Amino acid sequence: MADYEVPKLNGEGYIQIPKIKPGAMAGKGPFIAKPDFQKALNFPADFQADGAGKFELVPDWKDRALNKLDDLRHRYRSLQLYLDICVKCGACTDKCHYYVGTHDPKNMPVARQDLLRKVYRRYFTFAGKHFPKLVGAVDLTEEVVDDWYNYYHQCSQCRRCSVYCPYGIDTAEVSMAAREILDHIGRGSKYNNEIISKVFKVGNNLGLPQPALADTLEGLEEDVEADTGIKVRFPLDEEGAEVLLVTPSADFFAEPHVDGLMGYAKVFHEAGISWTLSSYASEGANFGMFIGSYENMRRIALRIREAAIKLKVKRIVFGECGHAWRVAYSFLNTLAGPFDFLDPKYPVPQHILEVTWGLIQNGKLVIDKTQNDDKVLTFHDSCNVARGSRMGDKPGGQFEYPRNVIKAVCNHFVDMPADTIHDATYCCGGGGGLLTDDLMELRIKGAQPRMEALKYVTEQQGVTHMAAICAICKSQFTKVIPYYGFKMDQIVSVHQLVSKALVLQRPVSVQARPDDDDEDDENDDA
Amino acid sequence: MTFVSIFYGLLFWAATLVLVVGVGRKIYLYATIPAPLKIPTTPAPVTQVGVVGRMFREVVLFESLFRANKYTWLFAFMFHMALWLVLLRHTRYFMDMNSLLSFIQPFGKYASFAMVFGLAGLWARRLLVDRVRYISAPSDHLMLALLIGIGLSGMMMTFVSPTDITMVKGFFRGLMTFDFHPLPASPILLVHLFLVALLMLIFPISKLLHAPGVFFSPTRNQVDNPREKRHIAAWALALEKNKQSDRNEVKHG
Repeated sequence: MADYEVPKLNGEGYIQIPKIKPGAMAGKGPFIAKPDFQKALNFPADFQADGAGKFELVPDWKDRALNKLDDLRHRYRSLQLYLDICVKCGACTDKCHYYVGTHDPKNMPVARQDLLRKVYRRYFTFAGKHFPKLVGAVDLTEEVVDDWYNYYHQCSQCRRCSVYCPYGIDTAEVSMAAREILDHIGRGSKYNNEIISKVFKVGNNLGLPQPALADTLEGLEEDVEADTGIKVRFPLDEEGAEVLLVTPSADFFAEPHVDGLMGYAKVFHEAGISWTLSSYASEGANFGMFIGSYENMRRIALRIREAAIKLKVKRIVFGECGHAWRVAYSFLNTLAGPFDFLDPKYPVPQHILEVTWGLIQNGKLVIDKTQNDDKVLTFHDSCNVARGSRMGDKPGGQFEYPRNVIKAVCNHFVDMPADTIHDATYCCGGGGGLLTDDLMELRIKGAQPRMEALKYVTEQQGVTHMAAICAICKSQFTKVIPYYGFKMDQIVSVHQLVSKALVLQRPVSVQARPDDDDEDDENDDA
Repeated sequence: MTFVSIFYGLLFWAATLVLVVGVGRKIYLYATIPAPLKIPTTPAPVTQVGVVGRMFREVVLFESLFRANKYTWLFAFMFHMALWLVLLRHTRYFMDMNSLLSFIQPFGKYASFAMVFGLAGLWARRLLVDRVRYISAPSDHLMLALLIGIGLSGMMMTFVSPTDITMVKGFFRGLMTFDFHPLPASPILLVHLFLVALLMLIFPISKLLHAPGVFFSPTRNQVDNPREKRHIAAWALALEKNKQSDRNEVKHG
């Protein structure tokens, strides 16, 4: 573990609101995307590195930034409105995990918005044009751009501030707009834009091509068979399957993600639902959202539509992934709909937990809860699931479904303190396009509020494991919790728990290949 | 007719014009700029009726602020509710007295204490809490000063040095029919009215836009039904039209 200053936990379960420490997180921000990556995303690429290796801004960057801001405020009501109506009441100032963890006042949501708002005021409002000092308006300079780049990449777009704002001002909307502006002047983030360009090229964030994916899935089939004696299928590009499963590509190999993927596969197997992954749309996480680019988000989302049509599926189901689920639940119908070619009996798309919980309720799965008796579970509500989506028919279903499923497969479950769960949940510290090693210090500090809550239930109620339903949460926590004295394997996927407790009753998959049939048997009821 | 009365008459006409046109322009803007994506902060109501309820709780009870910070909520709630009573009481200067108006007069009078107390509390937070001090521009302090100035000058006339309110009523009712009537020559009244006119003038170019703005906030006014109903902005639909050919290819190819 590299050496970072790690916040001290107080063990009380709640956080102390820190005094401001201006400049605490001043810096250069994450690595900047090269012109090649910008070009792949249809962003301007007319900039290059100077002699010292630092990327210049594009020519006329100031006009182009202001033009983009003007364009966006006429396309997004949220942006125009939120830049106008903040009264600086301070309700949000102590709500951001990055402020709590870093003490930098520019990480207070309102101050983060102000970085853009003060430029908006200077160029687009009467008061800012004529009385800039009075209303805190400033000229757009390179220093301001540097501040944008640094601090708009210290926002995980988790929307916790929007819960508490009396006008619902969502800093995520502002930081997405800011990143979109930055992308138009040669300040894209390498992490996000490189990943998006991989999706366009290969189909997933990891750049895992079809043969490698097929190989990985075959390996998983062998693992599950070795473990259970049953050939549970992990189908890829199988035309005519009922369900297209779209899941974050981390599910294909990362721990504990992959244990979750095995869980989905077993659930489909047991329920006799034929399903398939698509190598063309082998990515649930839509990073287009992180950079606020409607066009790129749409391009990624359309791949899912295309895959669904090509594979002639009837339903689309998403795996455990927070931002994926927000884009899927809230935006997919907008970006890539209408989905009138799918089975109207099912919502489009569905979350895997909606599928699993439905099957459990209908008694379709045989569960042995004692398989998870070695654990006391708690559940981390992923920010974008909690505050940007839903499961089931009723508001708040996104809190109930994962807990219901965990309680159905585990005997021991406790919740963390009330002001850290449900829609008050804290981001893991790595969401919104910040899950990169060049932001490690920020990620460690941003995890502090969740770590406080976890430590509390660990000490008070003997919690041993924290379940999550987001690829980023899982990756972030496994990497960061060792700094706080926990162990990596204390983070589990919800479907990992399902996988452990599920007693397989169906000997042969409904998608068994002809050459699998040698085992026997005719009593397959598919 | 004094110069002062004519000046104030013109000032209030101008201020009213700026307020109505300025806020109207902003409301038009907020109403016509699309919200291209469904972004209600969830859990959110799944019906339009539910959204009305959510908005009601937000603008009447300040629900979100209550969850955020109890002190800010207390001061803000006191100020805003008192302001409503004070404003209602002031309608007597524009219309004939009726029993309801008579009934609320004392409530409106004493609400002014709560109003100024609430404002003072908000200002104290702005000065004393380091986080709120950090985010405050000079205009944020001046806005509170302006509102407190209006409150205190009004209270002076109510409780200390009354002015001829019949003349005041004549003046404003005259303005409503484009007819000049004199104002009483009371310095406190002139200060009070000047500050009110100033407030009306800056309303459309300041954070006071939060009042009409909150109703247009997509995180609060959208129904949570993206899977059931396709939500699409005109400019986003235009993107689709451009690309319709390649979509069709996919569908049929």
